[in-house]
Amino acid sequence: MKGRVLVVDDDSALAEMLGIVLRGEGFEPFFVADGDRALAAFRETKPDLVLLDLMLPGRDGIDVCRQIRAESGIPIVMLTAKTDTVDVVVGLESGADDYVTKPFKPKELVARVRARLRRAEDPTPEQLTIGDLVIDVAGHSVKRDGRGIPLTPLEFDLLVALARKPWQVFTREVLLEQVWGYRHAADTRLVNVHVQRLRSKIEKDPERPEIVVTVRGVGYKAGPS
Amino acid sequence: MYQADETPSGSATGGADAVRGDVLSSTVRSRRRRAPAALIALLTRQLRRPVHRVAALYRRSIQLRVVAATLLLSVVVVLVLGVVVVAQVRTGLLDTKRASARDQALSGFQSELKKIDEAKDLRLKVGATTDPSTEEIGTWLLKQVGDLAASGQSVYTVIAMLPGTTQTIAPDKTGLGPRYSGDILPSSIPESLRAKVGQEAGQSFSQPTVIHRSAESHNRTEPGLVFGMQFVGPSDKSYQLYYVFSFGQETKTLGLVTGTLATAGIFVVIMMGGIAWLVVRQVVTPVRMAAGISERLAAGHLEERMKVTGTDDIARLGESFNRMANALQAQIRQLEELSRVQRRFVSDVSHELRTPLTTVRMAADLIYDSREDLDPMAARSAELLQGQLDRFESLLADLLEISRFDAGAAVLDAEPVDLREIVGRVVEAADPLAQAKGSAVVIRGDGEPVLAEVDSRRIERILRNLVVNALEHGEGRDVVVRLGSQDGAVAVGVRDYGIGLKPGEASRVFHRFWRADPSRVRTTGGTGLGLSIAVEDAHLHGGWLQAWGEPGGGSHFRLTLPRTRGGEISRAPFRLEPEDSRNNRGLGTYGTPYRRAIRPAGATALTATDEQADPETPETSGNAFGGNLGSGLGGVLGIGPGLGRRAPEGPRADPSDVRPVGAGYGATGAQVMVDPTPGRPSVAQRTAGPDAPDGVDAVGGTGGTDTEGTQRAKDQRQD
Repeated sequence: MKGRVLVVDDDSALAEMLGIVLRGEGFEPFFVADGDRALAAFRETKPDLVLLDLMLPGRDGIDVCRQIRAESGIPIVMLTAKTDTVDVVVGLESGADDYVTKPFKPKELVARVRARLRRAEDPTPEQLTIGDLVIDVAGHSVKRDGRGIPLTPLEFDLLVALARKPWQVFTREVLLEQVWGYRHAADTRLVNVHVQRLRSKIEKDPERPEIVVTVRGVGYKAGPS
Repeated sequence: MYQADETPSGSATGGADAVRGDVLSSTVRSRRRRAPAALIALLTRQLRRPVHRVAALYRRSIQLRVVAATLLLSVVVVLVLGVVVVAQVRTGLLDTKRASARDQALSGFQSELKKIDEAKDLRLKVGATTDPSTEEIGTWLLKQVGDLAASGQSVYTVIAMLPGTTQTIAPDKTGLGPRYSGDILPSSIPESLRAKVGQEAGQSFSQPTVIHRSAESHNRTEPGLVFGMQFVGPSDKSYQLYYVFSFGQETKTLGLVTGTLATAGIFVVIMMGGIAWLVVRQVVTPVRMAAGISERLAAGHLEERMKVTGTDDIARLGESFNRMANALQAQIRQLEELSRVQRRFVSDVSHELRTPLTTVRMAADLIYDSREDLDPMAARSAELLQGQLDRFESLLADLLEISRFDAGAAVLDAEPVDLREIVGRVVEAADPLAQAKGSAVVIRGDGEPVLAEVDSRRIERILRNLVVNALEHGEGRDVVVRLGSQDGAVAVGVRDYGIGLKPGEASRVFHRFWRADPSRVRTTGGTGLGLSIAVEDAHLHGGWLQAWGEPGGGSHFRLTLPRTRGGEISRAPFRLEPEDSRNNRGLGTYGTPYRRAIRPAGATALTATDEQADPETPETSGNAFGGNLGSGLGGVLGIGPGLGRRAPEGPRADPSDVRPVGAGYGATGAQVMVDPTPGRPSVAQRTAGPDAPDGVDAVGGTGGTDTEGTQRAKDQRQD
């Protein structure tokens, strides 16, 4: 798998090191050190994945993330030195799919990058319904009453995972493993934020969700069709 | 068959009823006897509360106190004043009346004497023919009374009487009965006065009396004064004249004055109370306002200020209060600013440190991965670098975590969790370390869910810390993780049987960078901040993290959490000091360490003990856990097949401790036998060997009864 990765980081040493690691794993890295030029670099390089540092000179990582997300649903992995819930949640809510906390091990980073790039490689024609939504798995589209709802790949995967087994209650750990591809439980805040983002797109009333239902104390499940 | 059964059962019921009836009636009797006392008690109880409330209000309200005192004092003043004034008025009125009455009476008596003399002279001139008859004196008296009374219209009444006559009234005013003008009855004249008047003629006497008026005046009575004198009439017949003065008018006036004074007094008292209330309010209102505002300040509303008007003392109070509030606000703002700056600093340092550390980490990993290609010295350096980087990272993470707690930036992310899941994860994660140490981690009390609203990330961190610590210091012995829940609290205890804690260390373990024994080689390389973070995590939940330990006897860390977020813990589900502590097993502080291997040569006494009643752990009797724990931890010695069902679950780390019955106890010189029948109290037979010492005492009770079938063995105290 030859993935193009855009690294947005102002620390040249770290960027170079990231480049070494990514190249060693067979990726093709591109670099930009400035938040203001990140979007232009993104349009120019058309990467398969963006590694985005949250603290950048000029436009900060949150803004960059929003800009990229406005144009594309490609995976964004944040690099953050902050582990406070608020910082992480703000980053995730701005559109990032995942985050890695500094300092990270190269293997951990690569695992996450690969997990995000590992898209459904053999899309079998499959039609799912959840609530009043119709999901075309192969076509990667979600429709309500014939009108499409744009979702990022991660949100789509999350919805599909829930819709495939509507009888099952998914714990956050299970969702992390199925959707994000983590063997060992990472931070379940990832799941919380993405479920909220998904709800804001697919639910009629995100305050009273009917499609992605919270099972208190356990996790989430698909609502009744 | 039904019929046959009916009769005997019916009669039996009747008998029972009769007996019950007796019992009932006796209880009713005794209840009736107790009724008045009960009623009084009930009334007292009913009354006590309002009385207490008023008393509390009186103690608390300065306004009420001042008003009450003012009322009391003004009542006293008004009463004294009223009594004095009324007395003065009374003296003035009555004295005047008495003097004028006296003058009138005496002048009346004088004119009567004169009239008698005139009549006598007339009689001498005319010449008395016959003895005065009774009729004559009757008409004379009537005439005298009419004459005398004519001058004293409505001021006084004149009554004439013959000495010795009874006070019966002659209705027709003829004969020898008393004669009187007006409506005052002769019965108004007291007997004692009549006696005095009768004794000495020509001498006037006076006496206060109660005047009775005739039926035409509605039988009124009123105070009065009577003057009386005895005369010898013109025909040498004695008769008595009485002047009766009514004091009714004066009494009425006095009553009016008293009434007016009383009304005025009541009015004054009420006014005084009202004035006191108003005046005190002037002072109390600002004080109360200050109290209320200071409470709001204390609650965090730093903007609150007192309203200041004027320049009086109250205004000064308000001003100084506001100055204080300003100073407080400034201080708090400054502290908040400092805290914010510090948090910001920590965050910045975090970022600034982490970015280069990430680069170093990645570089080190690359070098470490390719260490086979390096020469041995460089390869070893890469390994060292790798290890120390791990340590540096965790130290940095812990430091940041602690500073987050210090800055108050830690947020609780609580949701309902089954603590068994967390414990399971932690124990699973600690498995490699446990295997390396040769310890087994045993979970107890996980029979049913232990649900609580907690931040699972933090709880997992606490428990990971406790379990790793227990394994680190467990000397290869078992570690028991115990779960419990009771009332509003859940608890997890981590018990080890390792080096334990010296006296005083139980509180110091939570200090930052504290190490039990600096010379000890650590294999996991903790940061020294783990327990400090754990205790902060526990406090964030509103819970407790406590440590217990004895030197050489292991330690016990207990995490107690409220079942619901923000709940209160009244008591922990189990005790901090474990049941199998040296103290609880009856050994002194410096007794033999627990679970020492039994020495084949030494004489060892084994004692079967009862499961100890534990006031703090009610589940020891009902739940199998207590017994289970005992059997697991207590060094199971010999357990019969019926009772030892749980024995295999027990810790196995110290196999020399657990031996089957009859498997070589001859060597130790003592043996415990357990009755294998479940449910019956087991009988522990002690067959002491030749070397067994005397005076081995059973711990925790006499005899060997044991409902749980738990046997506790312990090493003999070494001499």
